Amino acid sequence: MAEIVAVIASTHHPFYYRASNATGDDRPPFADEWVAKIERFRETLTRARPDVLVMVGSDHFHQLWLDNMPQFLVGKAPFYDANWWNEEREFGLPKMLLQGHEELSAHVLRQGLDAGFDLAFSNELRIDHSITCPIITLRPEADLPIVPIYTNIFAPPLPQPKRFVELGRAIRAIVEGWPSDQRVAIIGTGHLSLELGGPRQFGPHGPDPDFDRKAVEWIATGDLDGCLAEVTLDSLHSPGNATHGFMDFMLMMGVAGENEKADYVDSLDLFHTMEAYFTWYPDGGGR
Amino acid sequence: MSRYLLDKFLYTVDRDPELVERYRDDPRGTVAWWEAERANAVLNCVTGEASTWQRFEDAEREALAAHDYPKLFELGAHPFLTLTLFIAMFERDHAEPLGFQLQYAARLAHFNLPYPDIAT
Repeated sequence: MAEIVAVIASTHHPFYYRASNATGDDRPPFADEWVAKIERFRETLTRARPDVLVMVGSDHFHQLWLDNMPQFLVGKAPFYDANWWNEEREFGLPKMLLQGHEELSAHVLRQGLDAGFDLAFSNELRIDHSITCPIITLRPEADLPIVPIYTNIFAPPLPQPKRFVELGRAIRAIVEGWPSDQRVAIIGTGHLSLELGGPRQFGPHGPDPDFDRKAVEWIATGDLDGCLAEVTLDSLHSPGNATHGFMDFMLMMGVAGENEKADYVDSLDLFHTMEAYFTWYPDGGGR
Repeated sequence: MSRYLLDKFLYTVDRDPELVERYRDDPRGTVAWWEAERANAVLNCVTGEASTWQRFEDAEREALAAHDYPKLFELGAHPFLTLTLFIAMFERDHAEPLGFQLQYAARLAHFNLPYPDIAT
């Protein structure tokens, strides 16, 4: 059976690419520290020597739209073009082409459906920065095939937080049951507290540092009970109007497992939002 | 209330470089043209098949025509769509990094939780 060699949860900050490549007067003062943290984080994936990446993210109204909105969608295509004109315009993100892994996509879809998740699918999916940001930070060679999984954290009505956790648990079991000798890393990105298009946006820190501290602790310790006891669809409005992206972190906590402490934890307090990086090694890191 | 149509306007304009400039330069004319010619297009249908019933309410049409993003927030337009499109149109007019984004936040400062509902 396939082996899950790393589980990684991260924020996805679309400004990293531009900040990390900027030089001279254009280089922001926090860029060097940010790049150093990302390079250490990247090493946690590199050392796991994955063959294929399952990538959990959320389309930001690029391809998925309100006339036909899936709650959970799995890409099943041989290739995925990436990044959209408005992401190039606003963030300077490059066009990318990633290889797919149709066999694993088909396995996730079949087993997910049979496990009670009515997953949508797409045979032609152009992916956005929720998936390309972690490629840029964790695997800039972009040389591994991916299985993209999109969640709806964006367009209400949204699935409940516990459903994200349940899907994470299911993805873990489904990948572990894949009859293959491939080494799989499961990577998901979301947000801590975040405000976009509201009065608390683009402050000197994330909009709710207290929430961020609690959230990092929940994730780092795998405290799903504590997290689920406090986090509801309603409660997530309070830390910031885009904080429902935290449910992708909850999905990844489901992948990592109840009370599983992360093997690697780091964070960076930036303007606008706190960055946070977590890696678990299900095999204990022994390779 | 036609929050969906507000969002559809913001979404379809934001992804079209020509329309972004047209909406910046002639908001009232662009909104009138869009409502007449584009509002009923079903985005996943190439030609022919269209809806027949989409129209803005007066307050929605006026908010779009006036580039009034605080009003769009009040009406429940999706904040991500509004922010992204307005950054595309107006960030260029501000010399300081994040100048427009911070002005945008300040103009929304009178909103408290709970924010207007954005469900469509």
